[in-house]
Amino acid sequence: MNRFEYARASDVAEAVRARAADASARFIAGGTNLIDLMKENVARPTRLIDINHLPLRGIEDTDAGGVRIGALATNTAVAYDARIEARYPLLSSAILAGASPQLRNAATTGGNLLQRTRCYYFYDTGTPCNKREPGTGCPAIAGVNRIHAILGASENCIATHPSDMCVALAALAATVRVTGPSGEREIAFADFHRLPGDTPERDTNLGEDELITAIDLPPEGFASNYSYLKLRDRLSYAFALVSVAAALTFDGDTIREARLALGGVAHKPWRDTAAEAALAGKPANRATFETAAAALLADARGYSGNAFKIELARRAIVRALSQAAAGTPQVQTDKRVR
Amino acid sequence: MSMTYLGKAVSRVDGPAKVTGAARYAGEFPVPELTYGVVVSSTIARGKITRIDSAAALGVPGVVQVFTHENRPHTAYLNRSWRDEVAPPGAPFRPLYDAEIHFSAQPVALVVAEDFETARYAASLVRVEYEQGPHTTDLERERGTAYVPPKKRNGIAPPPDPRGNAVEALAAAPRKIARQYVSPFEHHNPMEPFATTVLWQDAGRLTVFDKTQGVQNVQSYITSVFGLKAANVQVISPFVGGAFGSGLRPQYQVFLAVMAATELERSVRVTLTRQQMFSFSYRPNTIQAISLGARPDGKLLALTHEAIGNTSQHEDYQETVVNWSGLLYGAENASFIYKLVKTDWASPADMRAPGATLGVFAIETAIDELAYELSLDPLALRLANYTERDENDGKPFTSKELRACYQQGAERFGWSKRNPAPRSMTEGRELIGWGMATGAWEALHMKAAARATLRAGPMLEVASATADIGTGTYTIMAQIAAETLGVPIEAVSVKLGDSSLPKSPIEGGSWTAASIGAAVQAACETVRGKLFKLARGLENSPLANADIEHVEFADGTIRLPGDPSRSVPIDRALAAAGTEALEAEETVGPGLISSRRFSRNTHSAVFAEVRVDEELGIARVTRVVNAVAAGRILNLKTGGSQVMGGVVMGIGMALHEETMPDHALGRFMNHNLAEYHIPVHADIPAAIEVIFVEEHDPEVSPLGVKGLGEIGIVGTAAAIGNAIYHATGKRVRDLPITIDKLL
Ligand SMILES: Cc1cc2nc3c(=O)[nH]c(=O)nc-3n(C[C@H](O)[C@H](O)[C@H](O)COP(=O)(O)OP(=O)(O)OC[C@H]3O[C@@H](n4cnc5c(N)ncnc54)[C@H](O)[C@@H]3O)c2cc1C
Ligand code: SF4
Repeated sequence: MNRFEYARASDVAEAVRARAADASARFIAGGTNLIDLMKENVARPTRLIDINHLPLRGIEDTDAGGVRIGALATNTAVAYDARIEARYPLLSSAILAGASPQLRNAATTGGNLLQRTRCYYFYDTGTPCNKREPGTGCPAIAGVNRIHAILGASENCIATHPSDMCVALAALAATVRVTGPSGEREIAFADFHRLPGDTPERDTNLGEDELITAIDLPPEGFASNYSYLKLRDRLSYAFALVSVAAALTFDGDTIREARLALGGVAHKPWRDTAAEAALAGKPANRATFETAAAALLADARGYSGNAFKIELARRAIVRALSQAAAGTPQVQTDKRVR
Repeated sequence: MSMTYLGKAVSRVDGPAKVTGAARYAGEFPVPELTYGVVVSSTIARGKITRIDSAAALGVPGVVQVFTHENRPHTAYLNRSWRDEVAPPGAPFRPLYDAEIHFSAQPVALVVAEDFETARYAASLVRVEYEQGPHTTDLERERGTAYVPPKKRNGIAPPPDPRGNAVEALAAAPRKIARQYVSPFEHHNPMEPFATTVLWQDAGRLTVFDKTQGVQNVQSYITSVFGLKAANVQVISPFVGGAFGSGLRPQYQVFLAVMAATELERSVRVTLTRQQMFSFSYRPNTIQAISLGARPDGKLLALTHEAIGNTSQHEDYQETVVNWSGLLYGAENASFIYKLVKTDWASPADMRAPGATLGVFAIETAIDELAYELSLDPLALRLANYTERDENDGKPFTSKELRACYQQGAERFGWSKRNPAPRSMTEGRELIGWGMATGAWEALHMKAAARATLRAGPMLEVASATADIGTGTYTIMAQIAAETLGVPIEAVSVKLGDSSLPKSPIEGGSWTAASIGAAVQAACETVRGKLFKLARGLENSPLANADIEHVEFADGTIRLPGDPSRSVPIDRALAAAGTEALEAEETVGPGLISSRRFSRNTHSAVFAEVRVDEELGIARVTRVVNAVAAGRILNLKTGGSQVMGGVVMGIGMALHEETMPDHALGRFMNHNLAEYHIPVHADIPAAIEVIFVEEHDPEVSPLGVKGLGEIGIVGTAAAIGNAIYHATGKRVRDLPITIDKLL
């Protein structure tokens, strides 16, 4: 861990100014990811700007009929917020599928979006890695890649975004509110995270000097028919091999609108609008779900250690959609998959 | 005789210290003017350091020194001087010895600074350049180079001699199977990181606080490597936050801390990171082949068991893998082979029930496979081949209540209600499977010493240099002492984990309860004899004509049972004699003749239930019954916990644990607890039932104790794998059984 200065920001403008003034400064929120990266010498900020005292913890209704979640609201606060539980249970469920209670108590909404990949090589400065040190190569492609991408990867990087919460936010079509030196702007969730392409060092489209202030949820929360299904290498406290956020609305027995996003399979939470379109207007049955899964996975590609994830994802999509359609979402405290 | 403490469920006496934080661990001892050492680890698996540049690190204010192979102090020359009590044959790894790199993440420098943060930062500034050599880390690829280790490791039985003609018998057998089983690298991963704090005192006296399972082993390693006098090196390790075998050998942080302390004449602490804990000591990667030939009625005609395990380039690490098949099953024709493959990894090390976990996984899976081949109940097949003797050398067992384990375990589990057909039991979406396996481990008694000191109060202290790695040594020592001298357990204080205490072997092999227990009892009995003499010699003693055989020591008195008037308080006896304390030290070892005449083993029968969501490949263990025959059980609570903990670790072995190597880099990659998976609460069934089967065995050790530290893990992985087969019809022969293998 390198040496760094520490400063506490008292308002958003001050935080943004401090960040803009120092290219190697970083915001620190819960610290559950950044501190680990610093201990491993992967992140070497010269200055930490502590944003924990900014007034960004609130969860409130928006004029548009949705809900705004402050960037500093903890994962626990969001998951157990009465409004979120009632109107956006998919989000609540996805958060509770992640990490551990202790981590969720510390982790913030903004930090969760910006957590970095869990690729083994990325965390080990004794190995090459294009994301950590552009141009050094990607040993994961021919190496240990059990937790790596099957969709949207590039020859430069096959890392995945590890978040559970973000998979639900992608499915819900949230909006990220950010503030930079030139003011506020909104980023649609689908445009927030990036694919690796030939710049795997960049995870998101957030500007270097921008601060996330809130997440806006649109009015539709899919509260009746949803499920978050997470499959992993043990029954709790592991990152997803594959996770599925599924949400449906119905006209009688026909699917009116569908949302389908996957976690653990790509460099970003993988929402597929084409697969969603394949569900809309169809009866909610296995054949429909399989068609959607096939559409979503049409371009999937596996590597030495993760090819199984393609078939696993197919089955998980079908199961999650079945759970959503039946109104029997996966309960995160129940280790039996419904 | 009725017991107050022995055999009861006594809570651990060190519990309050642990939960209040009063218990201190190696990296926590407060030491004045302490410096901190941080290790720099190699990034290559094999080759040479061509340049090492410490200038930037040395330039950081607060950095005291950077040690590398270029400026390390002089140490012992002969391999013999580096070999500790449990070292396998070969040349032990010497930290910072020269420019050679022998394995990935080998320590290449130690940065010492006035505070930890400075040391850690400066360590990131040390630049190392390498000339990379070709490395081999892949056991599967190198299996053709396997060899029989020319020199046997001390204490490890070589494979048994062949019996009959296994090749011919297999060829002729009416029914047979031949299977291969693979187990991955596993790291011990105790919660507590490896750490050493060296208190440097004037005149070069060192007090070394180390995370270890053997303080005297570490002490003699330090004295012989650094040429120090034993009187000047005291090693202390009162509490150990788990070790599972990783603390049997002195690890490199102890070398580095002592080296820095003696060179700098300062106190030094070196604590390893979790990642660095993947750079030594692991369960070896193995490939095993088993062939079984049988009659249709189940009688085994032939058995062959071959195992290949990896070792380092510099040591022939060996463990007992194939012998268990021969111990458990009496095939008239059998052959056993155990080979090693040299790899560019650090040496493997004993990990909870070393060898047995692997060998028993293979044979107990193979037996299950044979049962299906023969359409026999897996338990019935085992009973059909039950042996009353150790078939490897024909010796009788001191005791073997395995049959009772099978019977009581099966009854508790409800085995008779099992539908033998795979995929026959379901509930909702899930397939249910029931599987079982046998477990076996050694029941050794080692020579050990203990001291007992009785003072007014009465207050009793018992002491031995042994360790308590969470196993309950403190507690059973206190129980035995309290029982023998009839004082309340609260009046007993226990000292251990200090090299200046009476001699003890490392705490390993599940021999501590039997060995230290016997020594504590002997020392207390000697004190008891002395005390009785004092009591009887009192003027007008109420015990004047009594005989030690007829008195009882209870409630702090010596008395004749049934006659309350004839009683002498311990304090009165001590006071009258005018002595402040009665003390005795005793050393107890195994009877030599008995150890040659008998085989000594613990046995178990493990029954497991799994539920499998076949479509998604998810297996959950929902019930385990482990019936254990381990002689006399000293403490139902700590003993039960040991077996339960073993079962949990067996669940990990079956479903989760695996260190993933990148063979191109020659490096372990999932070197943290987020990605090296061990079971979490959700993976552990609400019901792990431990049954202690009654086993009376005065032969095995003076207390009739066999030890419980390891038996709980043995057999568990096979029982779970067998249950998964029963549930799904899928046989997974390479561990761990992860989602991808069940899809
Ligand atoms: C062992 C372990 C297991 C885990 N398991 C899971 C899991 O199963 N599922 C899952 O989803 N997550 C998991 N996590 C990850 C966890 O959810 C994230 O670490 C957490 O959400 C990060 O939030 P934080 O507030 O602590 O971020 P920090 O560590 O404080 O920050 C992370 C990054 O975000 C930046 N940042 C933070 N806030 C802002 C802001 N408002 N604006 C701009 N930049 C900002 C920081 O500069 C930093 O770069 C796990 C973590 C650990 C350590
Ligand atoms: S997958 Fe990406 S993060 Fe992992 S080693 Fe390759 S470049 Fe680095």
